[in-house]
Amino acid sequence: MATLKQLALKKDLLAPGHRLCAGCTEPSIVRQILLASDKPVVVANSTGCLEVSTTVYPYTSWRVSYIHNAFENAAATASGIEAAIKALKRKGKKIDDYNVVVFAGDGGTYDIGLQSLSGALERQHKFVYVCLDNEAYMNTGIQRSSATPSYAWTSTTPVGKVEPGKKEPKKDLTLFAVAHNIPYVATASPSHFMDLIRKVEKAFSVNGPAVLNIIAPCPRGWRYPTEMGIKIARLAVETGVWPLYEVEDGKYRITFKPRELKPVEEWLKPQGRFRHLFKPGNEELLEQFKKMVEKRMRTLEIMEKATQED
Amino acid sequence: MDKQKVLALTGNQAVAHAMKQINPDVVAAYPITPQTTIMEEFSNYVANGLVDTELVRVESEHSAMSAVIGSAAAGARSMTATSAQGLALMWEELYIASGLRLPIVLVNVNRALSAPINIHCDHSDAMGARDSGWIMIFNENAQEAYDATIMAFKIAENERVFLPVMINFDGFTISHSIDAVSILDDDVVKNFVGDYKAPYNMLETPTTVGAFDSLGGFYYEFKKVQEDALRNSLPVIQEVYDRFAEISGRHYRHLETEFIEDAEIVFVIMGSLTGSVREIVHEARRKGIKAGLLKVRTYRPFPEKEVVEILKNSKAIVVFDRANSPGASYAPLCSDITNALYKERFIKPVVNVIYGLGGRDLELEEIEEALKIGIDASNGKEYPEKIWISIKGKEVD
Repeated sequence: MATLKQLALKKDLLAPGHRLCAGCTEPSIVRQILLASDKPVVVANSTGCLEVSTTVYPYTSWRVSYIHNAFENAAATASGIEAAIKALKRKGKKIDDYNVVVFAGDGGTYDIGLQSLSGALERQHKFVYVCLDNEAYMNTGIQRSSATPSYAWTSTTPVGKVEPGKKEPKKDLTLFAVAHNIPYVATASPSHFMDLIRKVEKAFSVNGPAVLNIIAPCPRGWRYPTEMGIKIARLAVETGVWPLYEVEDGKYRITFKPRELKPVEEWLKPQGRFRHLFKPGNEELLEQFKKMVEKRMRTLEIMEKATQED
Repeated sequence: MDKQKVLALTGNQAVAHAMKQINPDVVAAYPITPQTTIMEEFSNYVANGLVDTELVRVESEHSAMSAVIGSAAAGARSMTATSAQGLALMWEELYIASGLRLPIVLVNVNRALSAPINIHCDHSDAMGARDSGWIMIFNENAQEAYDATIMAFKIAENERVFLPVMINFDGFTISHSIDAVSILDDDVVKNFVGDYKAPYNMLETPTTVGAFDSLGGFYYEFKKVQEDALRNSLPVIQEVYDRFAEISGRHYRHLETEFIEDAEIVFVIMGSLTGSVREIVHEARRKGIKAGLLKVRTYRPFPEKEVVEILKNSKAIVVFDRANSPGASYAPLCSDITNALYKERFIKPVVNVIYGLGGRDLELEEIEEALKIGIDASNGKEYPEKIWISIKGKEVD
């Protein structure tokens, strides 16, 4: 595995000067993933913050090949690229070995792109699908998605007199990906960069599809100061809100196990979108949130134990 | 010219055979009636190693078009096929394919759009995609569909064009009916289609495809260039038709005419029911009625100048549309005809006949009725501007 020093010597494949917001965690994640690739990369990007901020015509931030097709079909587009590579090689054309990578937000993955993703995973195309999960439609102005956690304020789940923000729990996209019997699925966080790089390398190495679901804190949507992005990501991991784990050929492994999880409040409190959870009368909501975090962690531990033994 | 085999094939089998001979790099498709048997047949070729194509059996038509956009952008010769709802589901992607100037070929087996759900032929699927910037070619029979499929990539990939091409032919009437089809030798097709080298290719140099055009950008200019490319493809399409004639002996034109020199009443139509209209035109001529026929093959770009040349001396025009444009003055083909005439300041009686929706038969008697209306119109009598000629029970009105 490449060390951080080695990666630091490589040329950045996402050029500086892109137009993502100050404090956005997406470019850090994208850079690390591109650097961790051992082969040239072709990127398929769904519509979203990353796309509109890195390809403003006539400029591009991408030093690798890149295609934006539409919102819901990055995985299908990647299927076509992978098919083209296979076919052209079969016909004797001189084609380099490429890593095909999708970058899509949670809207383009959990919601509108779910079918396209499912189809591409089931067809076992060799590509790495990266979901940059910032837990709402940030590009259009912080609307809720199925990745938005319970009780979060968004512009379409405002906190009102009768509604406490988003009422429904967050969809578990990682387990949805696991259900496709693909070689590799993992969660990751930009705060734990060595864990991230190791997972990216593994994702590129498997012979088939891999899904990386990566938490990507958004200062605008989550309502925290711009300098706190990586810290918020770290707190998500350390509180158990975003457990780091991988599922390799069906075997679960939790890749970050602190002796003790930090209280969930430490992750919630700095974020304005959860401010109302700390107001009198909402104690029950906070309890519910903590219970959901505990339950998921417990389930993961059971799955790890059950699948590592056989 | 080599000797050709004549095989008894359905339209779909003929197209699948053409696809086998083209041996595209990537095909992505999803089942839908009446297209499905093309893909079943082609899957057999793949399963038996008769083609090198990477066949992507996608989970929807939206993904089919998305995948071939990906593969075409990566420099692979890419194809798909669909019908009706499938084409409608692709709608968003059709505009992206043409906007990105990707030379994709789509075979559309024409079928009615829901609702009510109906699997039979009309042209409403293609007309829904009319303004998506694709080259659109309509075919009358299995032979034409086979030939057009072979010609499609030569048009799409021409450096003066770089636009996607949609090959249309009628569901069931053509797709599922057996016809005698002259089949070219495999090598002849291979040489005609040739090798494809994409001018820009994501797998050769780092390329950004599908950049974001913000306010103050160049969207407007892109669209103008795209319009120019589509209009300028007209002579290229004819060149490909001409070159195809050299290998096949079948010489196509954008427009096909019969008895047009002195025709007073001209029928305009496209697709499989041209044969029935042709029959009535011949019968009228036997009776001394000066009827003529104009069949439209190249529908987009619309060969407006040639259309006007053909129609300018007629006294009345009867345009058969197998689709409607609800709330508009005329259905799509008739609008194109009247627009072309108006531009050259020819104002004539035009009767728009809506026929064949949802696979409704167009009876010879109904075409005769349309002829009578056309004769009235040509004699200065009153005539209906738009008529639904096959409405059930109209005689009791």
